[in-house]
Amino acid sequence: MTMLQITDLSATVADKPILKGLSLSVNAGEIHAIMGPNGAGKSTLGYTLGGRPGYDVTGGSVLFEGQDLLALAPHERAAAGLFLGFQYPVEIPGVSMVQFLRESLNAQRKVRGEEPLSGGAFLKLAREQAALLKLDAEMLKRPVNVGFSGGEKKRAEMVQMGILDPKLAILDETDSGLDIDALKVCGEGINAIMRRPDKAVVLITHYQRLLDHVKPDFVHVLAAGRIVRSGGADLALELEEHGYEAVVA
Amino acid sequence: MTAALPTRHDEAWRYADLGALAPLWPVTPETIVLAAGETAAHTLILNGAGAEVRDITITLGEGAHLAFHALNAARGYGRMALRVTLARGARFEFGAAQLAAGDQTVEIVTEVVHAEPDATSHQIVRQVLAGRATGNYLGRVVVARGAVGTDGNQSIRAMLLDRGATANARPELEIHADDVKCAHGCAIGELDKDALFYLASRGLPPAAAKALMLQAFLAEAFVGAHDEDRLTTAALAALETVL
Repeated sequence: MTMLQITDLSATVADKPILKGLSLSVNAGEIHAIMGPNGAGKSTLGYTLGGRPGYDVTGGSVLFEGQDLLALAPHERAAAGLFLGFQYPVEIPGVSMVQFLRESLNAQRKVRGEEPLSGGAFLKLAREQAALLKLDAEMLKRPVNVGFSGGEKKRAEMVQMGILDPKLAILDETDSGLDIDALKVCGEGINAIMRRPDKAVVLITHYQRLLDHVKPDFVHVLAAGRIVRSGGADLALELEEHGYEAVVA
Repeated sequence: MTAALPTRHDEAWRYADLGALAPLWPVTPETIVLAAGETAAHTLILNGAGAEVRDITITLGEGAHLAFHALNAARGYGRMALRVTLARGARFEFGAAQLAAGDQTVEIVTEVVHAEPDATSHQIVRQVLAGRATGNYLGRVVVARGAVGTDGNQSIRAMLLDRGATANARPELEIHADDVKCAHGCAIGELDKDALFYLASRGLPPAAAKALMLQAFLAEAFVGAHDEDRLTTAALAALETVL
């Protein structure tokens, strides 16, 4: 079943065209990697799908499980089952991670007509997911991302993903800022949480290395705002060996 | 003899809601006096539907310590004026939150006089202003001649939730002594849009995301307060009426 259908998507940031007719189809059960040089529009794709203000869609369509994703506000997209993993997770002083995540999860559950999770049940879930990502659960009591190292922030993103349990995760350079061990932990986390027949992942990355841990079913090359090549996992190896310029040309 | 109603020419009343003040005038002054070495905590919450105006003179004896925490969210017009005099080694901590919406005015006016050496005054004020509301902080710190070793600090921040809201912040220092440490910081801004999007991306509706961030912002004024829970509860209730 097609989970995400992006057709001829164009988007601007501050009136500058970044995405220029991008099309991509993602089925449930699949992991897609989107690779590409700096400035190709990879992060813009993630933010546009997430609905970030300032990223204006000028053409095309995005269907998420048959629903017009672009018509939804960012929090409604989350409730529909979309998760956006940030390249640079935002620090929010004074707001506790646990409180924020519990409120977020319960807001999502409310939209879906589900009962809110109690404090105890939520903490149990949060501890399980933190353990999966080898993150000290005590860190979740701290303000959102404040005082977290680069690697902790990325692992915390994956813990959030585990808690919110989305259908589709768009992960924007989850591998950046990670050392080799943390990369492995995050990769295993992605597999454990998202490698399921009813879920899908779009991994946005510069490098092959995350794909050693999370094996993609498809690899796409994004250049100048469009998908210019698609292939299997071996395309990533080809890119790694020859560089974007040679492969895109 | 009844004192005349203040006018806008009086600096301390410059941004006041004089129309709302008139029926309450003259305001009965209150006093708080701490003897040498005494320690006390004081909580003041203005959150009624009408106008509330308080005028408090505080005198701290040698080495006395007063922690004064306040919420100013009176819906008619809220004003608290504090005149504080510090003797040698006294310590005055002031943490206050102000909230207003609609056409309301809330204001805090402080004058802290470091009359003798080695006294400390720390003031932290957080304001949340919506609609066409006005929030004022006029804070004067005076360091008397010879009051060396003074430590005076003012941290004033305001969040404007709507374009029509106004914050007037005027921290002032008047220093007549050498060897003092006085700092003031003042910032007026809006909620961080990146943070709001981050919260929304996890499923929090915009109003809940705003409320969560504003709670954290206001809480800075009440850190360590004796009545922290009561102040926080009252501030959250006021926040709900403002949002």
